[in-house]
Amino acid sequence: MVKYVLKRIGYLLLTLFIVASITFFLMKLLPGTPFNNPKIPAAQIAILRKQYGLDLPVWQQYLNYMVGIAHGDFGESYQFAGQTVSYLISTRIGPSLQLGVQAMIIGTLLGILLGAIAAIRKNTWVDATATIFAIIGRSIPNFVFAALLQFWLAYKWRLFPIALWDGFSSSILPTLALAMAPLANTARFMRTEMVDVLSSDYIELAKSKGESQWQVVAKHAMRNSMIPIVTIIGPMAVDLMLGSLVVENVFAIPGIGQQFVQSITTNDYPVIMGLTMLYSVMLTVVILIVDILYGFIDPRIRLSGEGN
Amino acid sequence: MATNKPAEEPILSVKDLKIDFRTFAGPVHAIRDVSFDLKKGETLAIVGESGSGKSVTVRSIMGLLANNAHIASGQIMFHDADILKKTKRQLNAMRGNDIAMIFQDPMTSLDPTMPIGKQVAEPLRLHTNISEKKALAEAVRVLKLVGIQDAQERLKDYPHQFSGGQRQRIVIAIAIINHPQILLADEPTTALDVTIQAQIIHLLKEIQEKIDTSIIFITHDLGVVAGIADRVAVMYAGKIIEYGTVDEIFYNAQHPYTWGLLEAMPTLETNSDRLYAIPGTPPDLLDPPKGDAFAPRNPFAMQIDLEQQPPFFQVSPTHAAATWLLYPGAPKVELPPEIKRRRQIWETQFAGKEAE
Ligand SMILES: Nc1ncnc2c1ncn2[C@@H]1O[C@H](COP(=O)(O)OP(=O)(O)OP(=O)(O)O)[C@@H](O)[C@H]1O
Ligand SMILES: [Mg+2]
Repeated sequence: MVKYVLKRIGYLLLTLFIVASITFFLMKLLPGTPFNNPKIPAAQIAILRKQYGLDLPVWQQYLNYMVGIAHGDFGESYQFAGQTVSYLISTRIGPSLQLGVQAMIIGTLLGILLGAIAAIRKNTWVDATATIFAIIGRSIPNFVFAALLQFWLAYKWRLFPIALWDGFSSSILPTLALAMAPLANTARFMRTEMVDVLSSDYIELAKSKGESQWQVVAKHAMRNSMIPIVTIIGPMAVDLMLGSLVVENVFAIPGIGQQFVQSITTNDYPVIMGLTMLYSVMLTVVILIVDILYGFIDPRIRLSGEGN
Repeated sequence: MATNKPAEEPILSVKDLKIDFRTFAGPVHAIRDVSFDLKKGETLAIVGESGSGKSVTVRSIMGLLANNAHIASGQIMFHDADILKKTKRQLNAMRGNDIAMIFQDPMTSLDPTMPIGKQVAEPLRLHTNISEKKALAEAVRVLKLVGIQDAQERLKDYPHQFSGGQRQRIVIAIAIINHPQILLADEPTTALDVTIQAQIIHLLKEIQEKIDTSIIFITHDLGVVAGIADRVAVMYAGKIIEYGTVDEIFYNAQHPYTWGLLEAMPTLETNSDRLYAIPGTPPDLLDPPKGDAFAPRNPFAMQIDLEQQPPFFQVSPTHAAATWLLYPGAPKVELPPEIKRRRQIWETQFAGKEAE
């Protein structure tokens, strides 16, 4: 197991190296320069370029950048002079992480519940309602939910703060808006799986032991239906990270998403690259965790994993 | 022989059972007036082609019919209660305790995510107040009984770590851990290869003696019946068309469908690579024929077979067949060679004893 995880971490580092290289060169290809304000005099720009090492040949810049990364130094922001990328990210990551984790937990848990209920009550009005709910959740973009929740629950009924980041209560609405997609996804997936599982032979055997429907579901059907859910956690995490870009803006939350949008509009390359790296790290870590989790709930995978 | 046993009260008695399935095309008349008894300690084999209603019959005994099933009439008396009238709770109390079931495909009938020890102990935990530890100890004992020798070390193993034959042994262990009075085995050996089939049948016989249970053994292969059953009921298109002791069915069969099954059975004498199957297909149960359902495939069919359902004609106190060929005055038919051979064995070996 340890060997397996170490190997995976090796892959992770390789992935990051490739991502860093690609983003670096993509940035270089972009037409806009960070200092494209026409009011800045040319002499001033030359000084700035020298200060950030932009006058060096590209390969030299690339080398410096990679060496920096290896030491955990992602450079300084162009926009906020004197602030390192790492510092900028560290001040912003808290709210984003909190929202993401909350949305993920609520989305998958409620989704699993909803999907399971729909499957158990297959072809009844319960199932139909859950299906409609899932379709709505999947087809309406989360910023629409964000806006609706904000308008009704916060503005009209004043149940929650409208925006800004001020304690747990201000995280509820953005979390709900973000949770909608994973919830709908999980519910739909769970229903399909559970319908399948409920018609399988080992469920028949469980019933023939004298288990009630509730016992059959709790002891055998849930776990087996949840195994494939693990596979969609990765893609859902990606969705969440990207989704938070907009939702954070709707609720004016000082998170990574907001920072990302801002950096792109100001051509703040070091910050963009730092954030891209951050997303890549988070993604690969999520995938690693998912793989390990998989082994935990599916004994068949566990064994073949050990063989590696 | 079974016929010489004193007439015993049946432990299970199915009477006039009719089951339909509601489908978009209309009701499928899957079980059409089935009656039979199961006596204490005996093994009854139910034999018939695919789709004849064997599984539906045993499922109805378990109270495990599909949601679209409709029981049009009938009773299933177990002791003094009608299983068809039991509440969900009563059924749960009965299943896996008084009546247990063994399924066809050992590769899919165990929960892939639960250690086998826990799965075997589960019925015990469900129906008694025994502690987990004691239940697992009992699971080890029963697993050893069914031939998993290293049971203690393998309690925490998962189904995929066992072979098909071993898995079927585990399924059997689950079924017998509460010493049920009736074991329903729905083609328990069909998915296994021949040598393992024989082992499992031997095991079932052994267990039957040890825990004194009655068995309903379902199969579409008459070949495996001789090794396990006391009596045989032959099913076709949702009806039992002939029943009798194993010897009566094997050597003195009366229904042309039973003849067909016997001919399809490879024996030591016949060349086993000459595979014979009864020509034609079973009738559509959405609209069952009004006469003998087998008539269209029956080379001996008479006009009346197409028009009127034959009643059961009693051949011996234990043997009856629903075919117009047994009607007094029906023309004598020329038996197929294999059946003729069997009749000769019957006359020389059994007929005399039968008369005593
Ligand atoms: N849920 C259902 N809905 C509709 N028809 C059904 C249903 N279950 C069984 N049937 C029909 O009932 C008939 C009897 O089925 P059954 O499963 O008892 O056959 P079987 O004798 O066990 O066959 P096999 O040897 O293939 O297992 C078949 O025609 C089948 O199509
Ligand atoms: Mg069947």
